[in-house]
Amino acid sequence: MSRLGTITRRSFLVVSAAVVGGVAFGYYKYQQDPANPLTPAKGETIFNPWVIVRTDGVTVITPRAEMGQGVQTTLAALVAEEMDLAWDQVRAEHGPASSAYTNFVAAGASLPFIDYRDSRMKHLAEGAMDVMGKFLGIQATGGSTSTVDAFVRMRQAGAAARYVLVQAAAKRLRQNPMALKTEGGAVVAPDGTRLSYSELAAEAVGIAPPSEPKLKDPKAWTLLGKSLPRLDMVAKATGTAAFGIDTRLPGMLFASVRANPALGGKMQHVDATAAKAMPEVKAVVDLGDAVAVVATNTWAAFKALQTVQVTWGPAPYPETTDAIFAEIAKAFDAAPHGTLRDDGNVDTALAGAKVVTSEYRVPYLAHATMEPMNAAALLKDGALTVWAPNQAPTVIRDKCAAAVGVAADKVTVHTTFLGGGFGRRAEFDYAVQAAKLAKALPGTPVLLTWRREEDMTHDFFRPGAIARMQGVVGPDGPVALKAAVAAPSVLASQGKRLLGMAPPGPDKILVEGFYDQPYGIPNYRVAGHVSDVAVPVGSWRSVGNSHNAFFQECFLDELAHEAGLDPVAMRLKLMGKESAVAARVVETAADMANWGTPAPTGRARGMAFCWSFGTPTAEIIEISQSDAGIKLEKMWIVQDVGIALDPRNIEAQMTSGAIFGLTAAIQGEITFARGAVEQQNFSDYDGLRMPQIPLFETRILQTNPHLSGVGEPATPPAAPALANAVFALTGKRIRALPLNKVVTFAT
Amino acid sequence: MRLSVNGTPHDVSADPGTPLLWVLRDVIGLTGTKYGCGVGLCGACTVHVNGQPTRSCSITLGDLDGAQITTIEGIGTPEHLAVIQQAWIDNQVAQCGYCQSGQIMSAVALLAATKTPTDSDIDAAMDGNLCRCGTYPRIRAAIHDAAKRLQGA
Ligand code: FES
Ligand code: FES
Repeated sequence: MSRLGTITRRSFLVVSAAVVGGVAFGYYKYQQDPANPLTPAKGETIFNPWVIVRTDGVTVITPRAEMGQGVQTTLAALVAEEMDLAWDQVRAEHGPASSAYTNFVAAGASLPFIDYRDSRMKHLAEGAMDVMGKFLGIQATGGSTSTVDAFVRMRQAGAAARYVLVQAAAKRLRQNPMALKTEGGAVVAPDGTRLSYSELAAEAVGIAPPSEPKLKDPKAWTLLGKSLPRLDMVAKATGTAAFGIDTRLPGMLFASVRANPALGGKMQHVDATAAKAMPEVKAVVDLGDAVAVVATNTWAAFKALQTVQVTWGPAPYPETTDAIFAEIAKAFDAAPHGTLRDDGNVDTALAGAKVVTSEYRVPYLAHATMEPMNAAALLKDGALTVWAPNQAPTVIRDKCAAAVGVAADKVTVHTTFLGGGFGRRAEFDYAVQAAKLAKALPGTPVLLTWRREEDMTHDFFRPGAIARMQGVVGPDGPVALKAAVAAPSVLASQGKRLLGMAPPGPDKILVEGFYDQPYGIPNYRVAGHVSDVAVPVGSWRSVGNSHNAFFQECFLDELAHEAGLDPVAMRLKLMGKESAVAARVVETAADMANWGTPAPTGRARGMAFCWSFGTPTAEIIEISQSDAGIKLEKMWIVQDVGIALDPRNIEAQMTSGAIFGLTAAIQGEITFARGAVEQQNFSDYDGLRMPQIPLFETRILQTNPHLSGVGEPATPPAAPALANAVFALTGKRIRALPLNKVVTFAT
Repeated sequence: MRLSVNGTPHDVSADPGTPLLWVLRDVIGLTGTKYGCGVGLCGACTVHVNGQPTRSCSITLGDLDGAQITTIEGIGTPEHLAVIQQAWIDNQVAQCGYCQSGQIMSAVALLAATKTPTDSDIDAAMDGNLCRCGTYPRIRAAIHDAAKRLQGA
């Protein structure tokens, strides 16, 4: 049977519906490698879609967005390791948009498996997604999948190149290839003769590599597993790293845009008389649902845009935050969209027992990447070039092609550095706007920059969500947990934008971080209720886990207190039979934080756990009461990533993810009035500043049976760990974020 | 309007109400200085005006006739790194990197005024520089590191 035959019925439904309208396909097509999308420049030899040998080293195409997570460095190291390169010979580039760089693992990320116990099923399904991903052909960065997706493929790319280089050297030296070794970007013969890769490249590239090149034994790794100097660090310390907003071309004009503050509402009337009269203004362009001003500099565009009078239509959703949440709550009245965990019999267990009941909620959140949305575009001689800091180049290519009316193969996408992504740049709205401006001004390169206020108010937000939970706890721990989560669906919102339809099947994202946790609660049900509130929502670092860990981990804390149990000991017991890996993570964190001994006077600790994106993460935070408010003193973070490819980089993601989660927990909130987002800038949607963050102590474990991602998993436990610490410190059980609505934090 | 940027004189003929940030980025073409908020809240646009750390989004060309401006490009280059930049690299500070020009400009000003800053000196000086990636622990380490090297020099 072909590999398609291994797809389970349910996953097949989820996926096949996502494949654009009945494309005919067969297994043979999967076996064909996509065409190599690279064309060599002078002095370059291209071995495969990932490896370019230059005269002075090797360029590795690292087709995942470098948005701060250090992915270019780690992906380049996968290739460099197998090619035996010296690290200073390695360069990394994003490369073009191409199905050669499809992210197969991300394609499987929406499947409803429980990582800690279903990994065999999951990998079978991901095999199926390999096939499907190929047809969907989406090159995306997200879901903490980049290293997992690249781990075998990019090492094979390096090993294949090394193999043919050695063969070429053997031929030239008339030696047995087995006698040759490679080091520092050269093939070395037993007599010490060195042939550099660049001098062998022309001969080597004609030799066919084996279909499954042999990979190095990890014990022999010299780059992987080490903390390498990041390839982008010098550029980022000298202001020379080119972000999208830094794109500069001869004759370039600068633009900015305003879309309806009532998101998705119509643009009814535009009067740009005043703007057109300004000397710096070159054009005012009606984009259909937004108006743009093109000027000689960005400031002039900003200024002129403020003078444009627009009549906006109403929002397609309730006008205020309260009305939106009332609408979300209505989703509880309908049957659940999916019940992805239903162990034991929760109704029987609740009947007649002493039940703890709680309702929790979280607000909408913006991504607020440090670099506001922007993109540049040029339409010339029927070909479109787009420069965009983005997480999905093939999507950008296809959507821009459609918007401008050229074929996708007439579009070139340059992925620049990203000044933050966090999921926001998996969208394509900003690039399509730039492409439309390029169409309005053919032959002129246009850089579109959003004002911060436009960025804050026109996001694809982390949805607001509500959880209703009931639990029964005995002296040995929880015996029943019944949970229902209601929220607008990220999967449906994105599916509609991407494919014109919401993917069918149970919405895993809505309940991830809840139904898939390693807790052996005998009667355990988690249901998801999808609300159709039409505020645009999207992936926000850790997606569903970002709210579900808060719901579950705080409620477990409530149950522990109800029964007088220690929250760590209670969790360890629940994890007992489910996952030794998870238990080890929690135990390690507890040891590091001295959980067994009481916190110093005036201080308190809280803990939380979440298994997300394949990575179990435990966090403990210690806080204190000061005159200025609650102070975050110290945080301990432990993760088990299976294989730590670059420890320092992983640690950076651990603290980064936790700070992102703490920021949202303390003060993150997007609210609506008259259908418009109220927060405008960092004055009312700020990030934590240096004096506010705790000291960090991190530890990476490597006992997880598989390699797992690190970009997101540190975010989910941050909010519940802090909320549980606030309860321990103040006795206040805060069930709605942000926490600063109830308690004051030191600034 | 005449101003000197990193020692090079420039004659700029833009609207005097144009913030320095956009003069640097769009008129002169120095893109190392970043736009984050436009209203003095994030520090991404920090430069030195006559030696003082200044939010370039909040000072206009009209107020800068004859001013001496230093941007990140004037601190050091990939070929000739300043001590602080070397400390940034050795401590692997940056993530997305977008805020880092502003962070470095604030740190340079701090070290010019305070040779061996304490953690709370650093907190106070860097409070105006937002980093959404949360690189703060390494920024702090790099500033201490740079202070040590500058003392040793
Ligand atoms: S852009 Fe100047 S402070 Fe934010
Ligand atoms: S490094 Fe990304 S905002 Fe600071």
